Amino acid sequence: MVTYIIKRLIGALIMLAVVSMVTFAIFFVVPRAAGATADDFAARYVGKSATEETVGNLADRLGFNDPVIVQYGRWVKGIVAGAEYDTGAGVEQCPAPCFGYSFISHQPVWHDLLDRLPVTVSLASGAAVIWVLAGVATGVLSALRKGSVFDRAAMGVALAGVSLPVFFTGIVSLVVFSYGLGITAPGGSYTPITENPVDWAYNMILPWITLAFLYAASYARLTRAGMLETMGEDYIRTARAKGLPERTVIAKHGLRGALTPIVTIFGLDFGLLLGGAVLTESTFSLNGVGKYAITAILKNDLPQIMGVTMLTAFFVVVANLVVDLLYAVVDPRVRLT
Amino acid sequence: MTFLELKDLRIHFPSDDGLVRSVDGLSFRLERGKTLGIVGESGSGKSVTSLGILGLHKGGRAKISGEIWLDGEELVSASAEHVRTLRGKKMAMIFQDPLSAMHPFYTVGAQIVEAYRIHHDVSKKVARKHAIEMLDRVGIPQPDRRVDSYPHEFSGGMRQRAMIAMALSCDPELLIADEPTTALDVTVQAQILDLMRDLQRDFNAALIIITHDLGVVAELSDDILVMYAGKAIEYGTSEDIFERPEHPYTWGLLGSMPRLDRERTERLMPIKGSPPSLINVPPGCAFNPRCVYGDRTGGRSTTEVPELLESEGGHLVRCHLSRDERRTVWENEIKPNLEAS
Repeated sequence: MVTYIIKRLIGALIMLAVVSMVTFAIFFVVPRAAGATADDFAARYVGKSATEETVGNLADRLGFNDPVIVQYGRWVKGIVAGAEYDTGAGVEQCPAPCFGYSFISHQPVWHDLLDRLPVTVSLASGAAVIWVLAGVATGVLSALRKGSVFDRAAMGVALAGVSLPVFFTGIVSLVVFSYGLGITAPGGSYTPITENPVDWAYNMILPWITLAFLYAASYARLTRAGMLETMGEDYIRTARAKGLPERTVIAKHGLRGALTPIVTIFGLDFGLLLGGAVLTESTFSLNGVGKYAITAILKNDLPQIMGVTMLTAFFVVVANLVVDLLYAVVDPRVRLT
Repeated sequence: MTFLELKDLRIHFPSDDGLVRSVDGLSFRLERGKTLGIVGESGSGKSVTSLGILGLHKGGRAKISGEIWLDGEELVSASAEHVRTLRGKKMAMIFQDPLSAMHPFYTVGAQIVEAYRIHHDVSKKVARKHAIEMLDRVGIPQPDRRVDSYPHEFSGGMRQRAMIAMALSCDPELLIADEPTTALDVTVQAQILDLMRDLQRDFNAALIIITHDLGVVAELSDDILVMYAGKAIEYGTSEDIFERPEHPYTWGLLGSMPRLDRERTERLMPIKGSPPSLINVPPGCAFNPRCVYGDRTGGRSTTEVPELLESEGGHLVRCHLSRDERRTVWENEIKPNLEAS
């Protein structure tokens, strides 16, 4: 067990290293291959009025003329040990973990990300609770009443949930519940849970439901299929033959068997969401990691874009690791070696 | 009073293609401490019967009629909830493939503890002790350690032993074993059959063994019921069935049984054809399309459903051939062939 965890941790680290290389290559090697010079990179860091000389100086100072491998090493070193950026006008500090320094916002990227992360974590975890509960419950009921009106209705709604984009359902729900009925927050505001949990929930409830709808739909379908399969298994008949009440048969024996794929999918979905729910955050004007990513891309702020990419990759890798470990708990047949 | 008695039990399943008559008028009786073997091919209704006795068709699509009397209680008309409380405690079942019949995600011990605690209000600790005792009882070595193993960590024979331990955990008075040895190696089969015989003696339970293998019931059964297309076609003591069988189908089963005391060069005599559809049962005797003696009944076998009639001393046979004809065929044509070697 311990060896397995260590192995998986090492595997996760290697994965992260590979992701960092690919990320770095996408933003630094590919443009170079396409003809971008060191000065072109540096030009993004200064105003449009800068002279060629200024740009050339900056390219030297920020090391864009160094070999790619050195630049990559410096970037990784920054993440691990922190870095300093000498712009000529002064030295900017970027403490570890330094995912880069934005010369547009004049902030280390990590600082920005830390600011945004609580919003994204709030959004993702709240929505996750809703979609898992609603999705699994709907799926179980649908499976048990297969072919009933409830099953057909639920699967119809699920189909809509999977198909409709968040910016549609989000805006419709805003129009109906916030501007029409006035029972939910109009979006754009966020109160930390530590300050006022009630306000936190009030502000987040509509984004939660909107985001959860999208995921609950696929979870309901997945649970339904899983339940239909497990409820036909021999061990369900055994459970009934023992004289277990049907409730226990369904919850303890049926659902337990159906949940394994749900755990896998959930880990990946949740990990990815922690890297920012781009559409939901944009629709509800929430200053989370996803909206940060959009802004960074629109401004062409390279350090920010790379920072978000690395953060998302980190969450996905960690989620994978957790899923792998959980798998052994959920299914004892999986051997950890 | 008879401990278990089925009277004209019918279990039919409506389907898109028509009514599936899985069990069609089955009657038998069984006393405590006795063993009944139910023999038949796949689809003859044996498993449906056993699940029906346990009440596992209740609330489903099945249409059930007739009577099941268990220790003075009628179960067909009893509520599903009442039958559930009897299940596991008063009557228990051992299934064919213990790997798929046990939940892969729970330890063997947890599954026995669960079975015990449904019917006994005891702490987990007490139930666990009981589970270890049961595992010991069915011959699992180091039961205090194996109690925490998962089913996949057991060998096939050990799993079936654990399954038996689970079924016996509440000391049931009726035990139904559905093909208990089919999924096991031949060497292990004998061990499991021995074990079941010993346990039945200790528990004084009524035992029903369902199988397609006459060899299995030969070892254990007091009475044997041969099923074909949802009906009993021959019913008698073990001696009746093995020493003086009277139904052509039973002869076929005996002929298709591999035996160690026969020459290896000798071919088995399988029954030609396959079991009939339970939706469109052949008119007349359901066995007639596969029966080589049908032409000796003067055409009745294709028009008239034979009755299950007493041949002699409780030995019941459902066949149009007269008793004398059947005995003559058995003595002159079948028996010499079976014994030839």
